[in-house]
Amino acid sequence: MSPEGLSKPEYQVPQEMQNQVALTTLDRLYNWSRKNSVWPMMFGLACCAIEMIAAAASRYDLARFGMEVMRPSPRQSDVMLVSGTVTKKMIPQIVRLYNQMPEPKYVIAMGACATSGGPFKEGYNVVAGVDKFIPVDVYIPGCPPTPQALLHGLMTLQKKIEGQSLKEVSWYQKGPGEPIPVPVLGPDLIDMRKAAVIRENSQPVADA
Amino acid sequence: MTEATLVNPLETLVEHFPSGWVKKDDRPGYSGFIVEREHLLDFARAMRDDFGFDYLSMVTASDYLAEGIFDVVYYAYKTIGGPALVFKVQVPREDAVVPSLVALYPGADFQERELWDLMGIRFEGHPDLRRILMWEGFEGHPLRKDWKEPFYEEDVKPFKSRWPEGKPIHADDRNPFNDNVQYPTGFDPERWVPEAETLLYSGLQQTAHYEEFKTDELIVNMGPQHPSTHGVFRMVVSLQGEKIVDLKPVMGYLHRNHEKIGERNTFLQNMPFTDRLDYTTSMSNNFAYALAVEKLMGLQVPERAEYIRVIMAELTRIMNHFFATGFLLNDLGVYFTASLYAIEERELILDIFEEVSGSRMMCNYFRFGGVVRDVSDEVLKKIHNLIYDRIPRKLDQFDAYLTNNEILRTRCEGVGVLTADQAIALSTAGPILRASGVPYDVRRADPYSIYDRLDFDVVTGIHGDIYDRYLVRVGEIKESIKIIKQLLRDIPGGPILAGKPAYQVRVPAGESYGRVEGPKGELGFYIVSSGKPNPERYHVRAPTFINLTSLAPMSRGEKVADVVVILGAIDIVLGEVDR
Amino acid sequence: MKNFGKRFGVMSSLGVTMGHFFDTYIVDLVKGRKRYWTPEGIEARRQADTEGIFTIQYPEEQLPVPEEFRVLPFLVYDEGENGEKNLRCTACGICAKVCPPQCIWIYRATDPVTGKPSPHPAEFHIDMDICMNCGFCAEYCPFDAIKMDHDFELASYTRGESHLYGLDKLMKPVSYYESIRPVNASREAAARAEKARPKA
Repeated sequence: MSPEGLSKPEYQVPQEMQNQVALTTLDRLYNWSRKNSVWPMMFGLACCAIEMIAAAASRYDLARFGMEVMRPSPRQSDVMLVSGTVTKKMIPQIVRLYNQMPEPKYVIAMGACATSGGPFKEGYNVVAGVDKFIPVDVYIPGCPPTPQALLHGLMTLQKKIEGQSLKEVSWYQKGPGEPIPVPVLGPDLIDMRKAAVIRENSQPVADA
Repeated sequence: MTEATLVNPLETLVEHFPSGWVKKDDRPGYSGFIVEREHLLDFARAMRDDFGFDYLSMVTASDYLAEGIFDVVYYAYKTIGGPALVFKVQVPREDAVVPSLVALYPGADFQERELWDLMGIRFEGHPDLRRILMWEGFEGHPLRKDWKEPFYEEDVKPFKSRWPEGKPIHADDRNPFNDNVQYPTGFDPERWVPEAETLLYSGLQQTAHYEEFKTDELIVNMGPQHPSTHGVFRMVVSLQGEKIVDLKPVMGYLHRNHEKIGERNTFLQNMPFTDRLDYTTSMSNNFAYALAVEKLMGLQVPERAEYIRVIMAELTRIMNHFFATGFLLNDLGVYFTASLYAIEERELILDIFEEVSGSRMMCNYFRFGGVVRDVSDEVLKKIHNLIYDRIPRKLDQFDAYLTNNEILRTRCEGVGVLTADQAIALSTAGPILRASGVPYDVRRADPYSIYDRLDFDVVTGIHGDIYDRYLVRVGEIKESIKIIKQLLRDIPGGPILAGKPAYQVRVPAGESYGRVEGPKGELGFYIVSSGKPNPERYHVRAPTFINLTSLAPMSRGEKVADVVVILGAIDIVLGEVDR
Repeated sequence: MKNFGKRFGVMSSLGVTMGHFFDTYIVDLVKGRKRYWTPEGIEARRQADTEGIFTIQYPEEQLPVPEEFRVLPFLVYDEGENGEKNLRCTACGICAKVCPPQCIWIYRATDPVTGKPSPHPAEFHIDMDICMNCGFCAEYCPFDAIKMDHDFELASYTRGESHLYGLDKLMKPVSYYESIRPVNASREAAARAEKARPKA
């Protein structure tokens, strides 16, 4: 434990006790341990997934950040790296995986495609940003972001984790969190939260 | 084979059939033959059995809205090499039905399904005509010229709203749902019954019974989120105990509408999009697309540019085969070790790509008539060091690590066998085809660029199993090293681009098919130009998409654990499968 | 050795892995401390003859990016004598036309006196969420006005308007451009000088 990472800066520990005593808050201890073991879900979608693999490999080595434990199961992961173009055919599965992840959970939109559809935005099978369905914590621009850019994004996430407080985080509030409704594949993608708007807008002109 | 077929068969081909069956396609810029729809099966059978065109490489179609017809285009080759036989069937748009060729060429299976899905052309007699890239229930056939996507802005780029009075408007804001969606009139989401994939499941064979044990019947869905599927790919496997009775691949989870976007783009704008097809081998994708367009334009590429192109394409092959072999081991359960060794070599090659092109993966390095910038001497020195020192050394290490490893051999030998006849019939390409003992390599069979001057061998296997595919890949790395050594020795100076760099190229009207031997197999681009700045039709013959046709025949009768390895040995990349 | 390999394949595989393990220590001992945290050390670790540890320990160590490296585009401006910023861009629109995903929007300025179009962009927007980093805009710009940046550390907590770069975010001085792409900058400057000479 590095003292500067943990000790609360407002309180000055006397010189002679600095080697024996470390002061911290529960928040800091909690966040410090969390941010150094963020386990990503092994979840590759497209081009960016190759850079994600490269980031996990020996040259960039995610293990230095405590992130080497990449498992394909959502049940043991803390962060979902949406690495690539999210298509309409895939988004029901992505939402389902997100719902299956235990709290606290984070989402990183890696690359232009995951952020907003990117160069493929105009395509008919592309979701214009994964944040239309699941909340995103960190966006990494680039097409694809280099492994170093991905590491920078992960460090940005670590900073976000550092700033959270036990008292405010949603997963210690009363009541269970609401799962996100899984979109349905119809004549086009149907987001059930928008059902009323869809019905209204697709009425035949004569009725309106 | 009759005597006539040996003497320049294509010249007199029309006379072989009763009059009215076949005629020459004499539209300017087009080639091949137009076959009457009723006689397509007879024609194709004669081509395959009497003329020796045993390899149906590509099936596609283009939509001529003004004429009101679909052209269904077939490219067939002989596996002994030689030029293509192009034949087409013209059908009216209102009555788009064509007899299916799956019975003659099983490799047409997925391609015909794709045409049904995206173009809405029905193939009569197809055993399993379902949508392949989109889902059942999707409204419309997107590649038809009169179909418009939700974020439709204009028919072709550049859009007028960008300049000179460009106000940034998010495409989402133009849509009534603030999203990339559109619905038919009168659609009520609450009354919609989602498709339950009954067609998919009812198509699975579930009959076989094994007497030795009492086994249970089981249907397992692997993917789209599964560690072994190399991306978002799904296999529906019906099992009898641990044995695979039948398998159906489900894809389209990464269908990014490459071809629709490609037809809106200008010719040049497609170049960076090709990088994102098979995102591990962007240089060879560039190569094939540049070849296709250069064929139409009649451009002569300067000598130095040709050398640079081939060096880059072969480095890509080395990189891809390292990667594929590493991940084959991953699928075998070795986890990450072999991949880590492979990725180290890949990183060093990527450093070179980054230095010449500016990006590690999305190189966007080729232009029509050459390459974008010259390769400096330092970079050539770096390539030299890699080729003469590092990669042979590491390949030996890989060899010692893997080739005689008992676990690898028992898991791979005799698994996923594809005989030569099957491999040809299923239109497989690349290492899969060659591992089955068919020495078919586009670089030799139909040489492009400067491959006719280079000295290299076509590596083939004997058994057609996974182990042979591994050996073919390792052998091809060695051949690529050999090629690059020759190129580094002989590379001339001079210009690297024919003509001046131009952001708008004039492409004469006509059709062209440019193909290269990509690391994963024959990668081709079929382009129809109408003389405008944008392609009229832009189709990609994706090798791994067609190679996947062989997944089910290879897997039947194997254990469920082996299907992962079989898939790994096909070496799919979803960007290319789904496009 | 060959026969040994045939009968004890797994053993020789393990031997390779073991070799890798020992190599890291041997190389560290031979090369000493300068192997890490120094530019030479980083450079040595990306050469063809590198052995042992391959890792570049970002963020403390950074892999140097080559000159042609491209991330997002930016607009170059020349610094005038009194600190004014003279954009090189003439709003000719070539970048907007060549951009494959069409993520560039240019609003050409009009001359307030004559009402005719003047060669300056009044507004210039690039949507960084759509940009595919292909570099076409920089490649085909006839005025060397738009160039590709090297800065890749761009992760952010929000998107939307903050990723729609306007002139304020896009403009960067020519000195910055010269610092990231010295070879290109000097070559282009020479070409411009060459072009200007016969006129004068």
